[in-house]
Amino acid sequence: MSILGTRVLRTEDPGFLTRGGVYTDDVEDERLAGACHVFFVRSPVAHAVIRSVDVSAAREAPGVIAVFTGADLTGLPALPPPVPGMINDLMNQPLLARDVVRFVGEPVAMVVTQDPYQGEDAAELVDADYDLLPPVVDMSAATAADPIFPDAHTNVAASFGDADQFDPALFDGCETIVTRTIENQRVAPAPMETRAAAAAWGEDKDAGGRLTAWIPNQGAQGTRAVVASMLGIDPASVRIITPDVGGAFGAKFGADPEHGLVCWVARQLGRPARWAETRAENMVAMTHGRAQRQTITIGGRRDGTVLAYRLEILQDSGAYPKFGAILPSLTILMTPGPYSFPRAEAAAVSVLTNTTPVGAYRGAGRPEATAAVERAIDLFAAEIGMDPADVRRKNLLPAFTEPHTTAFGAVYDSGDYTTALDKALAAAGYQDLRDEQAKRRANGDVVQLGIGLASYVEITGSGSEAGRPQENATVEVHPDGSATILTGTSPHGQGHSTVWAMLASEELGIPVDKITVKWGDTDLIPQGGGTGGSRSLQQGGAAVQQASQELLEEARQRAAGELEANPADLVFDIGSSAFTVAGDPDASVPLARLAETERLVVRSVFSAPGATFPFGAHVAVVEVDTETGKAVLRRMVTVDDAGTLVNPLLAEGQRHGGIAQGAAQAFLEEVVYDADGNPLTTTFADYPFLSATEVPSFELADMATPTTYNPLGAKGIGEAGTIGATPAVQNAVVDAVSHLGVRHIDMPTSPQRVWRALREAAAPPAAGTAAPAAGTSESRDAQ
Amino acid sequence: MIPAPFEYAAAESAGHALELLAEYGDDAKLLAGGHSLLPMMKLRLAVPSVLIDIGGVNELAYIRTDGDDLVIGATTRHADVAGSERVRSGAPLLAYSAAQVGDPQIRHRGTIGGSLAHADPAADLPMALTALGGSVELMSPSGTRTVPAGDFFTGYFETSLEPGELLSAVRVPRQPGADWGYQKFVRRANDWAIVGAAAVAGRVALANMGPTPIRARAVEQALADGAGPAEAAELAADGTEPGEDIHADRAFRQHLSRVLTRRALEHQRG
Ligand SMILES: Cc1cc2nc3c(=O)[nH]c(=O)nc-3n(C[C@H](O)[C@H](O)[C@H](O)COP(=O)(O)OP(=O)(O)OC[C@H]3O[C@@H](n4cnc5c(N)ncnc54)[C@H](O)[C@@H]3O)c2cc1C
Repeated sequence: MSILGTRVLRTEDPGFLTRGGVYTDDVEDERLAGACHVFFVRSPVAHAVIRSVDVSAAREAPGVIAVFTGADLTGLPALPPPVPGMINDLMNQPLLARDVVRFVGEPVAMVVTQDPYQGEDAAELVDADYDLLPPVVDMSAATAADPIFPDAHTNVAASFGDADQFDPALFDGCETIVTRTIENQRVAPAPMETRAAAAAWGEDKDAGGRLTAWIPNQGAQGTRAVVASMLGIDPASVRIITPDVGGAFGAKFGADPEHGLVCWVARQLGRPARWAETRAENMVAMTHGRAQRQTITIGGRRDGTVLAYRLEILQDSGAYPKFGAILPSLTILMTPGPYSFPRAEAAAVSVLTNTTPVGAYRGAGRPEATAAVERAIDLFAAEIGMDPADVRRKNLLPAFTEPHTTAFGAVYDSGDYTTALDKALAAAGYQDLRDEQAKRRANGDVVQLGIGLASYVEITGSGSEAGRPQENATVEVHPDGSATILTGTSPHGQGHSTVWAMLASEELGIPVDKITVKWGDTDLIPQGGGTGGSRSLQQGGAAVQQASQELLEEARQRAAGELEANPADLVFDIGSSAFTVAGDPDASVPLARLAETERLVVRSVFSAPGATFPFGAHVAVVEVDTETGKAVLRRMVTVDDAGTLVNPLLAEGQRHGGIAQGAAQAFLEEVVYDADGNPLTTTFADYPFLSATEVPSFELADMATPTTYNPLGAKGIGEAGTIGATPAVQNAVVDAVSHLGVRHIDMPTSPQRVWRALREAAAPPAAGTAAPAAGTSESRDAQ
Repeated sequence: MIPAPFEYAAAESAGHALELLAEYGDDAKLLAGGHSLLPMMKLRLAVPSVLIDIGGVNELAYIRTDGDDLVIGATTRHADVAGSERVRSGAPLLAYSAAQVGDPQIRHRGTIGGSLAHADPAADLPMALTALGGSVELMSPSGTRTVPAGDFFTGYFETSLEPGELLSAVRVPRQPGADWGYQKFVRRANDWAIVGAAAVAGRVALANMGPTPIRARAVEQALADGAGPAEAAELAADGTEPGEDIHADRAFRQHLSRVLTRRALEHQRG
């Protein structure tokens, strides 16, 4: 029986649950003996000229070895542009602020101490004198505000398409047009493990020695490239080692200025250096996610047919443009989602504000596209008075097995969106839910029921700029019958140790518990694309399978020699992990023995024809207390079709986490700044997640449409939850009160927002006032 | 998020704690469960140079009946108050309130005395004590004084505790069988109240509607004059000036206080 498709328990867990993980801050290594500790002094203001930074008192504080400011950073190269060709290159972040600080939390100085706890005490003695500049806090104010980088003469970091070129006739022929500006609010990735680094330079002082850096990351090879470029050294002189990583969600790709600086301190002081940030720092200095303001316009016929859709995006990039500034390109790529809109167009502008830079966050650009179009569909359905499920059915692309190219250039590999929706509705008991809702509405119950839908398609495992998506794997069988896999992916919770071992075991007949999976050490694995964009199984996993198969071929040749038989006459017996001669069961040689004389090892690169497009449908059921505005999640029913599942248990885990995270964005999470750019949500008391108490048991329905883009038939599953759940939950909250005249509530759908929407819907502004009632749609009926 | 350096001294008895307080003066702070003080120290909002730990002082951890009152020692943990049969029968609102604090981990560390001395207007136990018409016993080298809840909470995180004084016990009148209601409006199970309302025997207290837990006196008066819960609750926000934060502005808090007061008067618990 094949092990693939079975619910193998995570082999990672016994270790995590007993001895615990070994995260960067826990690493004990002789190369780190006598390490000093770095603490960053961060800007307390959003935007200011730095008059002076007086570190003299801090230098005298207990345990202080050194204090550095931007002026001390000598011998470093000019900064590379953030994303060459896409972002204005005059908007670089200096490693330490030099003349100007641009967000609360920006590193201004470093205190280096003997003991880790001395840093924060000494940091209090660093006396920085700031001349405040007016901050740009709200992204809508950015284009008109004074440029945050005067030399750039603009606060626009990047733009995609041009709203001025929009087709004025796009909505011609529409009977109904609805338009609305909605928020996809800024959220914090907040992984359990905050950022950290440990750095040691080798004795060999030639060319400055060689750097070994332990950094929690999502792809050591990418981290090595960024660290090397910050320090101006050859990537070959950098070894990145990846300890256990406690969550990342997109925010641990590459490396941040702090990581480079810790390595610089170690070089400067000739002594290993370590850093682990506190939670309060993490909340202001790790990149945030989402942060889009979207204007959606949808038009069509009163029979539910959508004729045209337009998406205009304002992306808040924060103070320094990073991956966040180019997120809208992914949003635009997925503009129409699973729908067959005859006409659609999109454009985006990414602007700077005096806030924490924005980066990738679970789904990175695609959840924003889904949220926009799913809200648009519901607004349209409400306007024409049609069931949102019917409007979806009417407009979903029909099932296809040959690739479908959208107007935005995405090539969907395969999809059956209507079946996904129907399965989800059936599993939810949609009609019963609507009946229950009708009853509560008729009774005027205080607690109303809301049912929210989201259909989605997303892109996973896209190629690098260099070309087709690919990943490498090395598989080696050892003489003792065990095996080792080296992978270019970089798990941080996903369970690659389990699944990669399953894939090799399936081919080689070696039990899962005898297979060790290694990643994240750039000396061992110089190439690799890491883990992000739900790429790992479909490329990294496929590479493991391919390498295992190639290894078996190599072994067959060796076995043929050993058994003096024709390779074609050999059969591989999975049960004993041995080749036998057909018809002569006594003539057999195990793989392990074939590794005795010469290493039995194969490295292989798997290359996919393109990205895959998982899809699904989510149904959220909420209860909303119409007196207090509080919304509670009652049910979450999802279909997430990610192709063939290698380990359904782990796929469910990805869905569970993603759904909770996605629902949390809809209900609770939001990074908030005051008008001066001070962050108000810097602790977990102010920045709430959903906890186990607030979520029901999720109801996961099965659907698996294999892709032909890899032999596993697998698509990505890591981000599906956040993509489908967020709009489903938001739609459910709006749906619960739509009969009271509410058309939209921005996320997070806090009690106060729900209450306000209800109040405004109950008492719309007097006729003749220009402003439309918040909480109802701006709409017009075309002739 | 790393506290400034401090010295630590473990008190062996209430008397020893008072001696240590006298010795170290203003630089010292009592440490009970640490679940309010330590977060404040990590954020450097509190920078005591000496911590006097009373968490292990067993003589302050008890629940007794004294005539018509229940008396609870200051270092009694929330979980013990919540689980006590004596409290559940004599002052069920208090037991319920203690069970609403944070999560189990917090309830096994945090103490009733610490919660009252911390005087967070959003907290559970200060509101409960106010609704119940309870009082606190404050001990100093010169003796013990009893201060009613209404006089104890003097401002935002401020109480009438004098320097060198220790809150030794909490006293609440036993009202077995009295009807009560408790409403804590939160977004998540372990959060502090955005607004809270507690009602028992014609008394109503509100949490997070001002710098201290407050009595909804207009509501109480209306009830005394014969108004029903719905009518009386409409007066809950009268004269209040609640603060504003990311969860609620003033108008929303005032609205919530009316809804929650009505529900509490209808003996709802939530
Ligand atoms: C995550 C989290 C969630 C929480 N949620 C809630 C909640 O939902 N509702 C709620 O009400 N509370 C909540 N709390 C607070 C919790 O109840 C605390 O335990 C309580 O507020 C303080 O009690 P403590 O014993 O921990 O006091 P400590 O933190 O030790 O002390 C608090 C203050 O009181 C002083 N003090 C302590 N004991 C005495 C005494 N006997 N005499 C004089 N002064 C004294 C200390 O010097 C200090 O200033 C939460 C706390 C956390 C960490």
